Amino acid sequence: MMKKYSATLGSLLLASTAFVFAALLPAGAQTIAITGGRVFPVTGPPIEGGTVIVTNGRITAVGANLPIPAGAQRIDASGKWVTPGFINSSTQLGVIEVSQVNSTRDMTARGKDNIAAAFTVWEGLNPNSVMLAPARNEGITTIAVIPAGGLVSGQAALLNIVPGTTTDMIIKAPIAMVAEIGDASSAGVGSRGELLVKLRELLEDTRFFQIRRAAYERAETRDFAASRLDLQAMIPVIEGRLPLIITVDRASDIDAALRLAREYNLKIIIGGGAEAWMLADRLARARVPVLTGAMNNIPGGFAALGQRQENAALLRRAGVSVALIGNAGGGDEEAFNVRNLKQEAGNAVAYGMTWDDALRAVTLTPAEVFGVADRLGSLQPGRDGNVVIWSGDPFEFTTRVERVFIGGREYPGMTRQDMLTERYKGLPNSHNTPIAR
Amino acid sequence: MRAIVSLILVATAACATGPRPVTDNPPRSRADSVGPPGRGASSVPNADPFPSSYVPYPARTTLIRGVNIFTAAGPLIRNGAILLQNGKVAAIGQSVDAPADALVIEGAGKYVTPGIVDNHSHLGVYASPGGLALSDGNEATSPSTPHVWAEHSVWPQDPQFPRNLAGGVTTLQVLPGSANLIGGRSVVLKVVPSRTVQGMKFPGAKYGLKMACGENPKRVYQSRGPSTRMGNVAGYRAAWIAAEGYRRRWDKWNTDHKGDAPTRDLGNETLAEVLRGNILVHNHCYRADEMAQMIDISKEFGYKIRSFHHGVEAYKLADILAREEISGSLWSDWGSFKMEALDAVKANLALVDRAGARAIVHSDDPSGSQRLTQEAAKAMAAGIAAGLPVAEEQAIKWVTINPAWSLGLDDRIGSLEPGKNADVVLWSGNPFSVYSRVERVWVDGALLYDRLDRSQQWRTDFELGFVPFDRN
Repeated sequence: MMKKYSATLGSLLLASTAFVFAALLPAGAQTIAITGGRVFPVTGPPIEGGTVIVTNGRITAVGANLPIPAGAQRIDASGKWVTPGFINSSTQLGVIEVSQVNSTRDMTARGKDNIAAAFTVWEGLNPNSVMLAPARNEGITTIAVIPAGGLVSGQAALLNIVPGTTTDMIIKAPIAMVAEIGDASSAGVGSRGELLVKLRELLEDTRFFQIRRAAYERAETRDFAASRLDLQAMIPVIEGRLPLIITVDRASDIDAALRLAREYNLKIIIGGGAEAWMLADRLARARVPVLTGAMNNIPGGFAALGQRQENAALLRRAGVSVALIGNAGGGDEEAFNVRNLKQEAGNAVAYGMTWDDALRAVTLTPAEVFGVADRLGSLQPGRDGNVVIWSGDPFEFTTRVERVFIGGREYPGMTRQDMLTERYKGLPNSHNTPIAR
Repeated sequence: MRAIVSLILVATAACATGPRPVTDNPPRSRADSVGPPGRGASSVPNADPFPSSYVPYPARTTLIRGVNIFTAAGPLIRNGAILLQNGKVAAIGQSVDAPADALVIEGAGKYVTPGIVDNHSHLGVYASPGGLALSDGNEATSPSTPHVWAEHSVWPQDPQFPRNLAGGVTTLQVLPGSANLIGGRSVVLKVVPSRTVQGMKFPGAKYGLKMACGENPKRVYQSRGPSTRMGNVAGYRAAWIAAEGYRRRWDKWNTDHKGDAPTRDLGNETLAEVLRGNILVHNHCYRADEMAQMIDISKEFGYKIRSFHHGVEAYKLADILAREEISGSLWSDWGSFKMEALDAVKANLALVDRAGARAIVHSDDPSGSQRLTQEAAKAMAAGIAAGLPVAEEQAIKWVTINPAWSLGLDDRIGSLEPGKNADVVLWSGNPFSVYSRVERVWVDGALLYDRLDRSQQWRTDFELGFVPFDRN
């Protein structure tokens, strides 16, 4: 959509008209039939010349030679590839606008003593962020927004990149609690071992708080390591209902995370996991998923000396559920370049992952990890109408995103970047620049 | 090449045995009882006190055939061949005659490109595994530090170097950071194993001068100044005024040798060399309006800007960059992380290229540097999407001959033509595909990386024991 609308200045007007028009339609109250494409359901083999039918925002049929319902809007995808919308499994998109402008950074809580379990990061999300549309236009329909910093960073949410309010965007919140281990200084302790002491103390206090809630309210308990709201927020974690994403790189720290999970019956997810490949078999046996990238190979710190690009592929080969993160190694521009998720997937293939697994790692696996596989991550009847039409192999640079549907709706694609490009495309004729002499 | 090698050996010997008159133009006045001073001991244009001691690695005459060759000097040669002999490209074309003893590599549909050139790197000066101990890229103690040289911070055992080589990068410009208005001298390195920085230095390469606009200097020096953009500009101008006076004093003395020589000043020495045209200016600058002001400053003092680095708004004055013959060293898709980076567009490279200015994909990043053809591919695709078709033959120039030009080395590297240095990369497939990988890299005809042969994979001293696997 974006590409079509970026052709001329005149089409800018068309784009804004389309926006108004789209806003008047009831959400997804129509039937769309995407026909003739190479359809990747992810749960099964690709369907050549397949059809995807989306009715009232949900997928109602996927297959070859399907009858097209009367009144359906037909979209010819002949020669194109059709996939579920991509899911970026870890980002600060929407909670950072301009990284170096503090007033636009909302991904870190101050917490109490580096514990901020009650912090719900999505409540600071800006649905009007200009960075959201570029990600959607490159095929990412859904993002896991996670908090960062401290020892317990807070709670993460899964959101669709749709205009509106945060409420309109939310698929599921919370999807996980986030903790960072392996960096004693950011946890405010002196060493790795002390960091684990602190985490154990929090888990035990949560358990005690849960049992002695009434006594706590009467002020008849000892002091706890965390505030009331933080302890409250940790209860689903110790009950194994809410996964704990543990951001960690060094193999020994991953080992510690696995021991902690066993000790307290936690459901954990490893985030980052630079050296996770060294424990691939154990992670597979413990059914612990890993969220990671496929473009990092620099021993960028003493906790990541074993970082390698084959990490994702080695984990997958051992049977670990791997979800890929766009621009996993990114610095300042991280949120802006969430859109490079497909490049990450292509590199995962170049470094040993099968193509099918790489597609899974940006669609169905993250949906499973976050407990929303009944809605997202595959093209099957009953799933949300999050569908992307690509001009070819989605991981290749030459491939264009042709259409993006979220909940069966298409959103106008003109981004701030497109507007700037249009404005300056006519140089030098259309512009007298101040220093032209 | 042989002649150059022997020159280098002479220079090395001079270094090892103490001061000797090894410059072409030694100062005459002090040649009395203590003997003449060493290289650079007087403020002489082209003085070279830390000369390159690089010697090419042993090379076999090598024929690569059955490959598709992006020469960066013409159309793609399909199913062609290239002969590497005596460290140079000896022949290239559809078919090439090779001596009987040449090592023959059957390309079987693979691709060949020139060695990739990254003109914006901090390898060695911000070495892995990082931390304060290895943070040597910004002399952030004064807003103007033209007296520092990046090569004095480079750690040749930085494990990022072999990863860069495995990404096909054969030449790097290592720059000081952007904390300062004037950050110091850059150095051009060959990406080769060496005990010393001198052993990596590209023989005969000009130095660069790092300058920086905008937010970084005014943020770093918020409390002592400059704390504003107008303060930044006053700072550049004050430095050039001092340098101009210095240049005149020394040029006069070098001509007439009247009286005592002026006192040397390392910073002004570097700036005077810029004014004499012997050092190339690499100017970190994001915004179009600031680039325009930097162009005016360069005209006020009579120097040329060789390249604007980062230039996320280069597309807004692409025609002016073309007119002023200033290259744009750009990212494919970085932006939005600070106010001056807000207007980044993915079509930047394509727009600059179309305007006729030299477009360059640079990295400023040890990870991106390993995948510069992927970055170029993204920028090429963005150009096509914006209605600005870019051929692969053009995009390959963004990572080879154009950055080579920005370093003043386009007569030696950056394209595959007879007589040029045999810096060559063999790729498993089209280098603009996400699925392609570098298989082999030759520097001056010597095979220095082979993906399938661990004995041909450079491991730095640091990696031994610390990095728990062998790369391949």
